[in-house]
Amino acid sequence: MLKDITLGQYFPGNSIVHRLDAGVKIIITMVFVVMLFTADTFVSISAGVLFMVMSYLLTRLTPSLMLKSLRPVVPILIITALLNVFFYEGDVVFRLWFLKITDDGLKNAAFMLIRVVSLIVGSSVLTYTTSPIELTHAIEKLLSPLKKLKLPVHELAMMMTIALRFVPTLIEETDKIISAQKARGADFENGSLRERAGAIVPVIVPLFVSAFRRAEELALAMECRCYRGGDGRTRMRTSHIKPSDIAAFGVSLIFLAAVIAADIIFK
Amino acid sequence: MKSVGILKTQNLTYVYGKGTPFERKAVDNVSLSIKKGVITGIIGHTGSGKSTLIQHFNGLIKPDEGKVFFDGNDIWEKGKIMPGLRFRVGLVFQYPEYQLFEDTVYKDIAYGPKNMKLPANEIKERVHEAASFFGISPDMLRRSPFELSGGQKRRVAIAGVMAMRPELLILDEPAAGLDPIGRKTVFGLIRSYCIRTGCTVIIVSHSMEDMAEYADRIVVMNQGGLFCHDDTPVVFSRADEIAAIGLDVPQISKVFSLLRKKDIMFDENIYTVEKAKEIIKEYLSRKGGAEDC
Repeated sequence: MLKDITLGQYFPGNSIVHRLDAGVKIIITMVFVVMLFTADTFVSISAGVLFMVMSYLLTRLTPSLMLKSLRPVVPILIITALLNVFFYEGDVVFRLWFLKITDDGLKNAAFMLIRVVSLIVGSSVLTYTTSPIELTHAIEKLLSPLKKLKLPVHELAMMMTIALRFVPTLIEETDKIISAQKARGADFENGSLRERAGAIVPVIVPLFVSAFRRAEELALAMECRCYRGGDGRTRMRTSHIKPSDIAAFGVSLIFLAAVIAADIIFK
Repeated sequence: MKSVGILKTQNLTYVYGKGTPFERKAVDNVSLSIKKGVITGIIGHTGSGKSTLIQHFNGLIKPDEGKVFFDGNDIWEKGKIMPGLRFRVGLVFQYPEYQLFEDTVYKDIAYGPKNMKLPANEIKERVHEAASFFGISPDMLRRSPFELSGGQKRRVAIAGVMAMRPELLILDEPAAGLDPIGRKTVFGLIRSYCIRTGCTVIIVSHSMEDMAEYADRIVVMNQGGLFCHDDTPVVFSRADEIAAIGLDVPQISKVFSLLRKKDIMFDENIYTVEKAKEIIKEYLSRKGGAEDC
C-alpha cells in the first residue's frame, strides 16, 4: 500500500546515469526544467521529452517504475487538464450548457500534461539514480558559495539528509502501525468520511510519538559522536568531476539549444 | 494429547517487491497445521519469513500462492477476507507498545472490543478481565499509556488484543527488549492464559532458550521455507541440524551434545535446565554419588 510510493526513492544500479556526479545531475535536471518551461510549441517540447526518454533508458530501470512515480500525481494531472480544457478562450469545438471546449483549450491541456508528466519523470530520473546522501552532499556543495552570506548551508543540508533518511523509515513505521491497528479491527476502507477520518487517529498518534522518540535518539547519538556543525568536517567519499560528467552536461546544453532553436523557428 | 489443527496453510508463498529490483521470496511454499489448544513456537533467523508468515494467519497479507484455512474454512474463499477473522485470530506485533494511542489505558484496551461493536457493559467486563489478568491495576487504567514504563506498556498492548478474546493468539517476539524478569513474566502470563482459556497460542521468537521452556510444538523456518515442525522434544533431538542452519540451540542442549561425544549417555532428550538438573543428579547418584551437585 504505502510502499508503492516511489517518488524520491533510490534504486541502486550501475548505469551511466547512476555513476554521474550528483551535483552535475542536479544541474542537468535544472537545465531540463528550463527546457520544459522555455518550450512553447509541440515541436520544441518534444526535444525535451526526447532528452528525458533518452536519460530514462540509460538508467536501465524498468519502465513500470516511471508509471509508478506518476501514480500519486494523477489527481493533479486531471485537475490541470480540466482547468485548461474548460477555461481557455478560442474557437469553440464543443458546447454543453455553460461549459465550452475550445481548440486552444485542448491544445493547451495536452501541452500542460506533457510538461507536468515530463517534469515528474525527469526529476525521478535524478532521485531514482542518486542516493539521498549523495544528493544532499551535492546540494551542500552547490550552495556552499552562499555560506559567505552567512546562510547556514551545512545545517540546511544536514536537515535535508535527516529528513530524507527518515522518509522510508516513517513509511515503514506507518505501514506497521496500520497493520497493528487493523489486527485490532480498525477499518480504514469502509464507513462514512467522518468515520474514516476518525480511523486515522490511531495511526497518527503513535506515528507522532515515534517520530519524536526517533528525533530524540538521533540527537543524542549525534552528540555522543561530537557532532558540532559543519566546520572542519570532512567527507568519507569525495567526488570529482569526470569527463563523462562534462559530456552529459554538454548533451543537456545541446538539447536546451535545440529547444530554443525550435521555438524560434516554429513560432 | 490428540487435537486437531485450528489453522492450516497450504503451499503458502509470498513475494515482496514484485517487479522491482528488490524482489524477494519471503515465504516459500509453506504447508503446516497449527495444533489447537497448545503453544506453538515459530523460530528462525531475522529475515527467515516468520513475521511475514504470521501476517497471513489473520489475513493482513494475502498470499501470492497457496491457501490459509482457519477452523476448516479458506479465509480468502470469496476473494475477500473472512468476516470477523481478525477478532478470532488476535495478532500482537513486535514492540506493540508503539501502537498505543488513546489518552487512557482503559480506552486503549477497549479499542479492539469496541471495533467488534460489542455492547458497552461487555466491553467494560472484557477490559477489566484482560487488565486484571495482566496485572494492570484499576488505578493504572485511568492513566495515560504514555506515562507507563516499557514493560507496563507492553502488557497493556497485549491485553488490548486479549480483550478481543481471540481463539488463536499470535505474538511476534512478545519479550523483545525486556529484561530477564520481564521476559519470564510475559511468557508466564501467556502460558497461564493459554491453559486457563484453552486458547491456541503462536509465539514468534528467535530465542531457542525461551521456546524450549514455553512451547509445546516448534516450527523452524529457514530462508522463507519450513525447516521442520514437530513437538518440542523431537525438534530439539535434531539440535545438530538446527545448529547447522545457523540457529542457536539452547545452551543446555549444547552441554548434553558435548557430553554425548564423551560417551556419557542419557536416554532422554534434554533441553531445559530443570530437566538437566534432575537427570545429572540422578546420574551422579547412580555413579556412586561422591560429588556434590
